Amino acid sequence: MSAAIFRIWRGDAKGGAFEDYTTDVSEGMVVLDAVHEIQAKQANDLACRWNCKAGKCGSCSAEVNGMPKLMCMSRLSDLPLEKPVTIEPMKAFPIQKDLITDVSWNYRVKKKIRKFNPRPPDAADGTWRIAQEDIDRVQEFRKCIECFLCQDVCHVLRDHRKHDEFIGPRFLIYTAALEMHPLDTEDRLEELRKAHGIGYCNITKCCTKVCPENIQITDNGIIPLKERVVDDHYDPLGWIWKKLKR
Amino acid sequence: MPDYETFQHDVLVIGSGGAGLRAAIEASAAGVSVGMVCKCLLGKAHTVMAEGGIAAALANVDDRDSWKVHFADTMRGGQYVNNWRMAELHAKEAPDRVRELEAWGAVFDRTKDGRILQRNFGGHKYPRLAHVGDRTGLEMIRTLQDHGVHQGIDVHMEICIVTLLKDGKRVIGAFGYDRERGRFKIYRAKAVVLATGGIGKAYKITSNSWDCTGDGHSLAYHAGAGLIDMEYIQFHPTGMVWPPSVRGMLVTEGVRGEGGILTNKDGKRFMFDFIPDNYKAQTADNEEEGWRYTQGDKNARRPPELLTRDHVARCIVREIKEGRGSPHGGVYLDIAWIKKKLSNAGEHIKRKLPSMYHQFKALGDIDITQEPMEVGPTTHYIMGGVQVDADTQMSDVPGLFAAGECAAGINGANRLGGNSLSDLVVFGKRAGEFAAKFAKENAHGEVDEAQIDGYAREALRPFENSAGENPYSVQRDLQEVMQHNVGIVRDEAEMLTALDHLKTFWERADRVGVIGHRDFNPGWHTALDLKNLLTVSEAVTRAALERKESRGAQFRDDYPDKDERFSKVSTIIRKAVDGSMEVQLEPLPEMPDYLKQIIEEMK
Repeated sequence: MSAAIFRIWRGDAKGGAFEDYTTDVSEGMVVLDAVHEIQAKQANDLACRWNCKAGKCGSCSAEVNGMPKLMCMSRLSDLPLEKPVTIEPMKAFPIQKDLITDVSWNYRVKKKIRKFNPRPPDAADGTWRIAQEDIDRVQEFRKCIECFLCQDVCHVLRDHRKHDEFIGPRFLIYTAALEMHPLDTEDRLEELRKAHGIGYCNITKCCTKVCPENIQITDNGIIPLKERVVDDHYDPLGWIWKKLKR
Repeated sequence: MPDYETFQHDVLVIGSGGAGLRAAIEASAAGVSVGMVCKCLLGKAHTVMAEGGIAAALANVDDRDSWKVHFADTMRGGQYVNNWRMAELHAKEAPDRVRELEAWGAVFDRTKDGRILQRNFGGHKYPRLAHVGDRTGLEMIRTLQDHGVHQGIDVHMEICIVTLLKDGKRVIGAFGYDRERGRFKIYRAKAVVLATGGIGKAYKITSNSWDCTGDGHSLAYHAGAGLIDMEYIQFHPTGMVWPPSVRGMLVTEGVRGEGGILTNKDGKRFMFDFIPDNYKAQTADNEEEGWRYTQGDKNARRPPELLTRDHVARCIVREIKEGRGSPHGGVYLDIAWIKKKLSNAGEHIKRKLPSMYHQFKALGDIDITQEPMEVGPTTHYIMGGVQVDADTQMSDVPGLFAAGECAAGINGANRLGGNSLSDLVVFGKRAGEFAAKFAKENAHGEVDEAQIDGYAREALRPFENSAGENPYSVQRDLQEVMQHNVGIVRDEAEMLTALDHLKTFWERADRVGVIGHRDFNPGWHTALDLKNLLTVSEAVTRAALERKESRGAQFRDDYPDKDERFSKVSTIIRKAVDGSMEVQLEPLPEMPDYLKQIIEEMK
């Protein structure tokens, strides 16, 4: 068994600094194991969120050696342990304490998106008929575990702080899952264009790169949504048709 | 009295997994104000980990299925010590609860004709589990969460409840702290629903997350409610065993449902050697028939790998004990072998079991489409919990309801896979409905302010003792003792030793100290959770000692057989007047004839 140094950010909204902790490393360990070991033996008050430790709940998001990651899925064997491993909180959200950030903004954003509204059932028993191939894409988006790493890495939020004008990749994917749901009848395109700021995304695909669920956020979600928004807004025939319908 | 922030709701739901969310949605729909307290962030509760599916007799894949078959399967799986009324309601109402999830946006896998697809699972006679790959729990919690946030429910995230508040005999609210700032909060409510999940963190090897510390069990017990069937803990047969850091992590039963087989180090498929008599008629007696069953042949019987979890877990333990285990102390679970049967096996496995593929690849360097997994039993679920009325889910303390894993009755001595997700929504809905009704019929109670000051002082005591013992050490020692002395195979001497240890753990827990301040301090949170862990550990041990027989999940080396004297009783744990824990046997409610007849017909 060898030892490694973990350089963990400690502090709160007022400020903080990195502190070094040395702990033993055994086969198969992930970053979260090291944090737990340090928490149990050296720093009982070290704050970090976690639940499932299996990459399914999306609680333990942090930046490991500068990369946004789930700590529970980051194997130590994939990191250069001859140098200290740095662990710090996500940068797109306000710091609460140590590795914990205030992600409540995400919950407020979601609430603003119009909820699922299905068409009337297809069968007399109140059920629907849907082909599997019509939901493959929606199921891909619904794999999202809400770790918010895509939000963390998105430069519109991380660097430009457009939290009031842009809902971020997580909620673009959420909207895409609703818009592409074969049963849904709502139209969210106008909101996407205005209040939800889809135009801010310039398809740098950083969100896709960090997604632990490998959701093709940009290619399969955001780009098709952008196309729909453009078609809806700038199509002159469609525009006249909508006016007439009113 | 210091000024504690006070919230007032008609109904307070404690817990935000499937049962809590479903209860909150139902209560809110009934027109009362609802508050929901989550120990973690919304949408992260342990329901998210459920993999295989939700059991409901939709009969979409096999039209011979019906609530009656589901009822009989649940009772047989539970060794007939289930609460018959809960098993009946569950089987009858689960299909509506699944269809409702679809109406709220859940996207289940489909049959060829576009209906909800169902898969095979242990102990279920027909393919019955509606699912989304192997991430059904995530789909369910997200659906309920996304529906719930538009229902006007007040969500309080990252709050731990330390005690329920009472006015006379009635529960009238709860007292807790927010994890972020460590400030105390009072939640006044006319009715309280406990939906806090399991107790897995009392054990060393578990599939459960940090927050499964038996809070609801413990809160109810200290408020005067009875806990039944606490000896029945489900050790899931297939947890990961290697590498050490993932030991206990769940490997879904869906692997076996899709054709996965269990073998020992000699390559022998050992489950065929041990088929219990009451399952012989419906279990395949050769490998070919078992394979045909997993591929949907309606004339084939299920392979012995899909026997109930208690039985499969014990068979695995026996293989390991008798020296036929795998290198890291497990046995082999092999799904890769199906490439002999299917030309596109690799793709098929990745599509049907995507998170299993990912989990082994990322954490164990194993490609499950090419090589077998190493697995062994892991503490997964508790059948026991708060005794409730089957129809209303109210405990014997007025105003206190419970649903989901922290309530008991539906599962008897062993739970079938897939019945927990359906339990959450069937009884979550009922708890919400009847809690709302209770709230409409009763006014708010009076909060005793002096008592609250006492609770707050008690909760802050570890800070006065910063040189005291590390709370994590007590937690770790407790987990070791429960794992070794009150695990899959039990006997009286070991459990009596465990009780002695528990006594010293109580004393140590009383003297723990924490460092730092009250802002998000996991050491402090762990110190406060110890009371819950110790309460449920003692309850499990005392109940297991009282049941001097082996039945379902309870296996006693000193009483290896079923005993007729225990066939119609539950153990019940209560807090005695002097504060000690007492255990008694209580007769099960008598099953009506029409249900007895169903069980007879399905034999």
